Amino acid sequence: MRIAIVDESATRAAVIGEGLAAFDDCELFVVTERRGLVARIAEIDPDIVLMDLGNPSRDMLEEYFAVSRALARPIAMFVDESDDEAIAASIDAGVSSYVVDGLAAHRIRPILDLAVRRFNAFSRLQADLAEAKGKLADRETVDRAKRILMDSRGLAEPQAYAELRKAAMDQGKRIAEIAEAVVTAHRLMGGT
Amino acid sequence: MAHDLTIGFLPLVDACLPILAREHGFAEAEGLTLTMVRDMSWATVLDRLLYGHSDAAHLVAPLAIATTLGRGRPAAPLSVPFVLGLNGNAITLRGDLADRVCPPGVLGDPRAVGEALAVVARERKAAGRPLRFGVVHRYSSHNYMLRYWLAACGVRPDADVEISTVAPPFCADALEAGEVDGICVGEPWNSVAVERGAGRIVLASAQIWRRGVEKVLALRESVMEEKREAAEALIRALIAAGRHFVDPANWEANAAILARPEYLDGSAELIRRAISDRLLLARGGEAVHYPDFMFQYREAANFPWVSQAEWLYTQMIRWEHADFSPDEAARAARVFRPDVYRAALLGTSEPLPGASSKVEGSLAGLTAVGTQQGTMTLENNRFFDGIAFDPHDLAGYLKRLP
Repeated sequence: MRIAIVDESATRAAVIGEGLAAFDDCELFVVTERRGLVARIAEIDPDIVLMDLGNPSRDMLEEYFAVSRALARPIAMFVDESDDEAIAASIDAGVSSYVVDGLAAHRIRPILDLAVRRFNAFSRLQADLAEAKGKLADRETVDRAKRILMDSRGLAEPQAYAELRKAAMDQGKRIAEIAEAVVTAHRLMGGT
Repeated sequence: MAHDLTIGFLPLVDACLPILAREHGFAEAEGLTLTMVRDMSWATVLDRLLYGHSDAAHLVAPLAIATTLGRGRPAAPLSVPFVLGLNGNAITLRGDLADRVCPPGVLGDPRAVGEALAVVARERKAAGRPLRFGVVHRYSSHNYMLRYWLAACGVRPDADVEISTVAPPFCADALEAGEVDGICVGEPWNSVAVERGAGRIVLASAQIWRRGVEKVLALRESVMEEKREAAEALIRALIAAGRHFVDPANWEANAAILARPEYLDGSAELIRRAISDRLLLARGGEAVHYPDFMFQYREAANFPWVSQAEWLYTQMIRWEHADFSPDEAARAARVFRPDVYRAALLGTSEPLPGASSKVEGSLAGLTAVGTQQGTMTLENNRFFDGIAFDPHDLAGYLKRLP
């Protein structure tokens, strides 16, 4: 079976491709370039196309699937109504899939399931990374705010932290937000 | 009662009404909290709507009908209780081509530009390099308006030229790279092409059909029934946004809101041109005022006339070269829901027409029409070729078209 993975994120395409490589009857083609996409798909002549849901080239590709007489085998969206749940899961994960007409559902399902799992894993990874980056930045801001309070008001470190914490509780905000405000105010007042 | 609604949209100026309903508190005043979800292709907007990521969507009108009729995927009934606007699209040609078919500094005359283009189309076809046009979706008013115009000027859209899909954000690229000779797209994407020197605007879609239906608010039929109260509140909020949008005093502020990264992520200056009906046709030129380039509010522009749905269905049949089916026509007609629009606005100061269907393109000047409430005057709403669309005889209308 020939599977084309179309994704402008080369990293995500690689993560999915790696998973699908476990199927031994599958030949994988990864396309990350927007330019010449339709010609490339025609060349690959895939049985299944997996594409990230938000890919800006989807309308163009769907039109090609719908009208191209060059395709020997018509491609449809994977929308056999009996598989509605599977499609809903893939849409939730952010995968859109197109399948050659007549390809049996039992051959499609494992591939789609795996793509969904890989897509979800990739999203979690991204979210974790963003959270970790956010936390690191927060900690730096809080440290800087503490330093400002210690220098300007002669507080010890635990007191400075307690002041930030109290302000956050009083105003129903996160400590990092209060710290950010302190740092900004300090900069505006001519501090560095 | 408070309701949350999620609305999908593409970064186009005519996504303005739901965005402004949210930003100016018109939604809040109706007890609605709106969340806007931006995507980059209609396929994604539609998937999110069908699989419940969104409750409603900014959608190209023909796609709502195609989805209901099951074109390209299993049928999923959609409902359109509100039209987000009329027209607002333009045709932009590569500079060298524009120079051959349209005088400089003005929007062309559709008949004259079309006939000049027909000559070029024949030359190019004979040379084995047919003219190529990009439209934003095969089920778009852009596709139908472009084809309507070409066919009326003696160009056979499927035989003499090539028409393919190019997503709005890539239209300027495609022109610049020579992948297409012309595009039919909404704003700000014509103006983006102009700013980059990739092309010249030669026609506005309003010159082809003075009051052509464009984007609609679409919901799944089942969702509209379940959330009927919220849907009606949304209609009232969108009407308030429409009134605000067309007031020149608000153009500057609204352009700035629409330009924000979470909405169109573009230039407020270019967006303002469309909002104010003042387009720069070529780079470095003077702005040209073309009244009603976009038409978002007056004359009950947002009323979902059943005849508009039926006109779209005739064009779908026409360009699919399919047989007219009375049953399909009836299903297409039911997509537009004037009953919901009326229920939402009954007892407000908004005019409601007496009829729900009209002969499209039959008025040459100001005409007072009967109403259910308020007073209403319609203006010129003609097609450039003068052929009117009578919804009582769809098959006969199709026979009259080239």
